[in-house]
Amino acid sequence: MAVTTATARKVERRRRHERAARPGESTTKRWILYAIMIALAAFFLFPLVYMLASSLKPDNQVLANSQSPEAFLPTPFAGLENYGDAIDRAQVPRVFLNSVIISGLIVGLGLIVNSLFGYALARLQFTGRNILRATIVALIIIPFEALAVPLLFMGAEVGWLDTYQIQILPFIANPLYIFLFYTFFLSIPVSLEEAARIDGAGPLQIFTRVVMPLAKPAYATVAILGFLFSWGQFLWPSMVTRGIEVRPLPVGVGVFKTTPPVSWGDIMAYTVLMTVPLLVIFVVFQRQFVQGVASSGVKG
Amino acid sequence: MTVAEAAPPKRRVRRRRISRLKSDARFAWLFLTPGAVLLLLFVIVPFAAAIWFSVTNQRLISPLPTRFVGLDNYREQLGDSLFWTSMWNNFRFAGFVVPVQTGFALALAVMVDQNVRGRVLFRTIFFTPVTVVMAAAATIWVLLFNVNGLVNGLLELITLGSFSPDWLNSTTWAMVAIVVVSIWQGVGFQMVILLAALQDVPVERYEAAAIDGAGTWQQFRHVTLPGIRNALVFVLTVTTILAMRLFDQPTLMPRSPGGPLDTTRTAMVHMVDLGFGRQAIGRGSAVAVIFFLIVLVLTVIQRFFLREEINA
Repeated sequence: MAVTTATARKVERRRRHERAARPGESTTKRWILYAIMIALAAFFLFPLVYMLASSLKPDNQVLANSQSPEAFLPTPFAGLENYGDAIDRAQVPRVFLNSVIISGLIVGLGLIVNSLFGYALARLQFTGRNILRATIVALIIIPFEALAVPLLFMGAEVGWLDTYQIQILPFIANPLYIFLFYTFFLSIPVSLEEAARIDGAGPLQIFTRVVMPLAKPAYATVAILGFLFSWGQFLWPSMVTRGIEVRPLPVGVGVFKTTPPVSWGDIMAYTVLMTVPLLVIFVVFQRQFVQGVASSGVKG
Repeated sequence: MTVAEAAPPKRRVRRRRISRLKSDARFAWLFLTPGAVLLLLFVIVPFAAAIWFSVTNQRLISPLPTRFVGLDNYREQLGDSLFWTSMWNNFRFAGFVVPVQTGFALALAVMVDQNVRGRVLFRTIFFTPVTVVMAAAATIWVLLFNVNGLVNGLLELITLGSFSPDWLNSTTWAMVAIVVVSIWQGVGFQMVILLAALQDVPVERYEAAAIDGAGTWQQFRHVTLPGIRNALVFVLTVTTILAMRLFDQPTLMPRSPGGPLDTTRTAMVHMVDLGFGRQAIGRGSAVAVIFFLIVLVLTVIQRFFLREEINA
């Protein structure tokens, strides 16, 4: 796929929009489009507004309100009471820290390991390169779920149940991310690396000083994808952890389900706490993420 | 591969290239080792183990020695109606979600690709649910789908009270609720991928089509769709694989995982129930292997019918 520079993209977009805004375009059409987009925006946002409003009202008011417009308003206002309860009941500080440790290490170490692997496949000469590349492509198809049962067994054998490492180590190296890095590195013009090589730089220096800065969009994309995936993991942690000590946030929801009177206010407060970090990260980095998807191999 | 330099004498070039290959190979090992070791330990070995366990009577904790049982686990699963129920649930979920979600994502991408004010805002809003982890999304929607919940409130208003099912306790509607949550949470991601592809279609092609008198629909049909073909194939393949893996929603949303009456039990729910719930590692592994083969076959079929074109 052709590499488009940022400016060329901009010019292209301007042309595209001039084309779209040609005089024949009726304003009625435009209003219809707006109406549809606003309806869709409502569809995507109402559960989140509802979650936020519900987290700020007394537990017994959540369902009582939910068939009136008050469902979207924090009335009667209960302050942060639910948050206090949720934090106590689910031991949020502990669980939150667990999630940060687990996702942070998976993403951080994964970026290094997978990009190094992808770079070697894309640029370094060694015997068996083609076989290795084919192996990586084949490994992408193996779903983690198919590995979960034997991994659980192996983990139990070495006494790794209820530990951090069993939640981190299996997810660092990832064939899909390796492949994304590989395709991205292939799209970088080789001349810069050649120039550095002539200046006497070794592969490691070329990688850290020339390639990594150029590959920022790929790193951003893989980081966000990896974070979305690892922060939301549910199947694996619910299989390999029992106590709260090493459990991540998503599994913590279970605490509220086992206790008979359902405190919807607490539950909604907990889901707010679980959702907000990713929401903030996304809103701050959304431009980079969208560009990263556009420039990396994700789109095929 | 290499950039042509001012040609030095032949022999020197050769020597330099050989030494370069040697140093490359040395560094290649350095670069590859961490990833290779981790993939070997956590993908290849467990996968081989899954195949081995599937022909034994391995249990998670058991005083009895492990015994080779041949294809008994497979035979047992293929003769078990619960296994087929799970597979059927997977297929009816994927058969609906894959085309609908992909079409919806394409519609969203086309909308936010228009020259309208606030398109970045709309793009952000459409993507937002992707950042809501599934455990949270499922929990919010359980409340929304409560028999006295917001969804029914709206439906009663529209249908004048004639339609308000108890979604998650209904053998008909529980799967529908899961479909809604899955699309709500996942469609934004496909939208971003398709949007990136839409923006890569050269404007010249639209201009040429317009000169030839093609209307909006014809332009979409003959310029846009072929232009984003590869991205569409990618999205279809990934959505299919993810749909087959359905686990979180049927575990979290109904009162009991896979319920009511196994109408949302999927292959993954079934596998975890066998391997973890009933500690029958051997039988769970057999399901895992069958599941892998099905996903593999589906991927190959899709690739075959939707062959990527290099210069679409």
